[in-house]
Amino acid sequence: MSGTPVLELRGIAKEYAGNRVVKGVDLQVLPGEIHALVGENGAGKSTLMNILFGMPVIHSTGGYSGEIRLDGREVRFAGPSEAMTAGIGMVHQEFMLIGGFSVAENIKLNREPLRPNFLSRFAPKLATLDRRKIDSDARAALDQVGLDLDTWTHVQGLPVGHMQFVEIARELDKENLRLLVFDEPTAVLTESEADRLLQVMQDLSARGIAILFITHRLHEVMAVAGRITVLRDGEVVARMDRSNATLEGIAEAMVGRKLDMTLADRRPGPGPESSLALDIRNLEVDMPGEAVHDLTLAVRRGEILGLGGLAGYGKVGVANGLMGIQPARGTVMVNGRPLKLNDPAGSLAERMAFVSEDRRGVGIMPEESIELNMVLPSIRVQRRFLRRVLPGVHLLDQKVVRGHANRMIRDLDVRTTGPAQSVGRLSGGNQQKVCVARAMTLEPEILLVSEPTRGIDIGAKKLVLDLIVALNRKQGVTVLVTSSELAELRGICDRIAIVTRGKVHAILDPDAPDAHYGLAMAGEQMPS
Amino acid sequence: MIAARWGDLVRGMGVPRLIIVAFLLVLFSVAAGTGMNLASLISQSVDRIARNGILVLALLPAIQGGLGLNFGLPLGILCGLVGCVITINFGVAGWTGFAMATFLGSLLAVPIGWVYGWLLNRTRGQEMMVGTYIGFAMVSLMSIFWLLAPFRNPRLVWAIGGKGLRTTLTLNENFEKILDKFLQIRIGDLVLPTGALLYFGLICFLVWIFFRTRAGLSISAAGDNPRFARASGIQDSRTRIQAAMLTTVLGAAGIVAFSQSYGFVQLYQAPLMMAFPAVACILIGGASVVRASIRNVIIGTFLFQTILTIALPVTSQVIQGDVSETARLVIQNGMILYALTRRGDRT
Repeated sequence: MSGTPVLELRGIAKEYAGNRVVKGVDLQVLPGEIHALVGENGAGKSTLMNILFGMPVIHSTGGYSGEIRLDGREVRFAGPSEAMTAGIGMVHQEFMLIGGFSVAENIKLNREPLRPNFLSRFAPKLATLDRRKIDSDARAALDQVGLDLDTWTHVQGLPVGHMQFVEIARELDKENLRLLVFDEPTAVLTESEADRLLQVMQDLSARGIAILFITHRLHEVMAVAGRITVLRDGEVVARMDRSNATLEGIAEAMVGRKLDMTLADRRPGPGPESSLALDIRNLEVDMPGEAVHDLTLAVRRGEILGLGGLAGYGKVGVANGLMGIQPARGTVMVNGRPLKLNDPAGSLAERMAFVSEDRRGVGIMPEESIELNMVLPSIRVQRRFLRRVLPGVHLLDQKVVRGHANRMIRDLDVRTTGPAQSVGRLSGGNQQKVCVARAMTLEPEILLVSEPTRGIDIGAKKLVLDLIVALNRKQGVTVLVTSSELAELRGICDRIAIVTRGKVHAILDPDAPDAHYGLAMAGEQMPS
Repeated sequence: MIAARWGDLVRGMGVPRLIIVAFLLVLFSVAAGTGMNLASLISQSVDRIARNGILVLALLPAIQGGLGLNFGLPLGILCGLVGCVITINFGVAGWTGFAMATFLGSLLAVPIGWVYGWLLNRTRGQEMMVGTYIGFAMVSLMSIFWLLAPFRNPRLVWAIGGKGLRTTLTLNENFEKILDKFLQIRIGDLVLPTGALLYFGLICFLVWIFFRTRAGLSISAAGDNPRFARASGIQDSRTRIQAAMLTTVLGAAGIVAFSQSYGFVQLYQAPLMMAFPAVACILIGGASVVRASIRNVIIGTFLFQTILTIALPVTSQVIQGDVSETARLVIQNGMILYALTRRGDRT
């Protein structure tokens, strides 16, 4: 494990529209080494990989600075296909396979061995595929990953574990493969499949292929990695060898305390003896990519409870399940009464309101006015903002709606030309304020807020968070806030529940040590 | 100051409408310059606006409800035609006849609209294409019906053979021009069909009212963003069916009003292409595939129908030969194409 590094990154930096997401990263991967790259969501891992592969999103946003060296020579890839030709392979988190093609065809796609024929003399693209060679190459690659699978099986319908190995086999089949990047390869695998994958990674490294292993699962890092680099906020915050690394050490480096943005006055939140606003038992939510499995959680009346955890681990599914937006099963009691699941109107009638993480998809009616966006659910569920003109005929009370909208626009500082402007024309932050105003208009007892500050600028961020705290303190609204920004949760919450693999893994105090957060988010055993 | 107000005007009206207004002004000045009878041209224009208005209005609930441009409008038209045929068959005349035709047509349109909406719910995302084909298919199916329908009234059936409905039925003994002649204004050659305009206005008002009720607002919400609507406790599969029913009922009422003005009831292939000019009207009025207002309906009907009326005589004055039909098709289909390419934006 010495000599020229296969891959060397020197001072890589990248900014998106003035926002620096990668700030001077140095990284070396030696031949035959398994190098782990860990970090929270948004730490800059994906951007770094996009830079390495020369993805179009990098070029179209002004490129990057710093240099990439492959076997000591500087390279600057114009696109992923160039990177692949140079011997870098990638195993994706989401599979890049064609369902209707066979395993062998997928493995050899666009690199098929050819046999010349009559037509190919005039048009090389019309050469015949050498089926026998395709088959034998694929067989060899599959054997390397230990997958006993017929090469002519269609990929569609294969278990996800198999698909993952087919992806790896495809990368292995590339003759000059020098470096293989694994992007969260075990996220969708069962435990035994994950173990086999780690075994395959070790076999590959023994054959001299360098591996860059991106993951959240710290025990996997401890199991196979030679060296570990921790990224946070676009910077390398720690480098360690496995021999001197500990789970706690990695976890602490990963989370760290970011900006000190304590927003809420510290107060003792409602204690365990207080009555429950929400009593969630064995909740299952089939939300694609954010599934919740058998989650049990008690939300005390009057508290701000945070839901944290890594992307894809189910924290986002909780609120969507409670509001009837995603299909859910289980038992939920609201203020002691059973809640009918899968019925948005029912949840709203229980005085629950939701600010969705999917602002454009669920949060707004882009073509409608600001005022209508604010009051529509109240009209629908509570029959407010209507004026009786004839027996049985109730019309929108324009004057009251306008007054209400103007008040909200003023209170929330929505930057707009007026309440009649369509919401689609507003900036992201202002759209978010309209979403919050809509939830407030419902006068909820329980407010569910998901990713309240995603994609909005700092000023708006602070305003939205302050607003949530004010609703809680002044009007006693119980708040369940879901966020990927741990610092934000620690700033405003009384308690924080960390969700991993669809379950509440731990409930932490906002002042708990960083290491505890890191371990909880990685789904590791908590120190008691 | 002036520039700013001009800018507001452009934004308020939209560039396409300003161009068309300018084109109309040119047409009018050419007409005046060549000594044509302006009063009669205006009368004809107003006539056509009143005649077509409700058919254009019928598209509004479908757009607001998220079904896009209702190319399945012939469905409603066929319902209205059935109402007319039954009324003629029983020889009901005058206001009663008009009311009866409208009532029967609308009544029939309710279940038909329900089925239409149910079908569109099963083909989400392709409403416009499915609507077009349903319209075409039903026109052909109804052509068979017109041939086989058990009507025996000699005013309806072919004189020879005594079986099958005629292609064109006259309304002169029933309710021809009954709205047009109500409170009609005559100043020299200028004739205004006051009753028909009032009727159009009334239906517009009712639709406007409806879209300010809880039910109407729910339809609009589901049309703008079905996921928002669902999260707000609205069942969008229901509101979409309601929108389909409403558009079909208005189509039925619209063709009855159309027929009284025209004086004839046209069967067989006549309804086949009727959705297209109506769609062009509402688009020229500034509607998009996803949002429309009463204002779009009125402005669009006015602009499109006026151009059609004026362009024919003016072009035949200026150019030898008739290009107006060609111009109509270019404007109509060009407008539809333009709107489809700009899905989501206001045209």
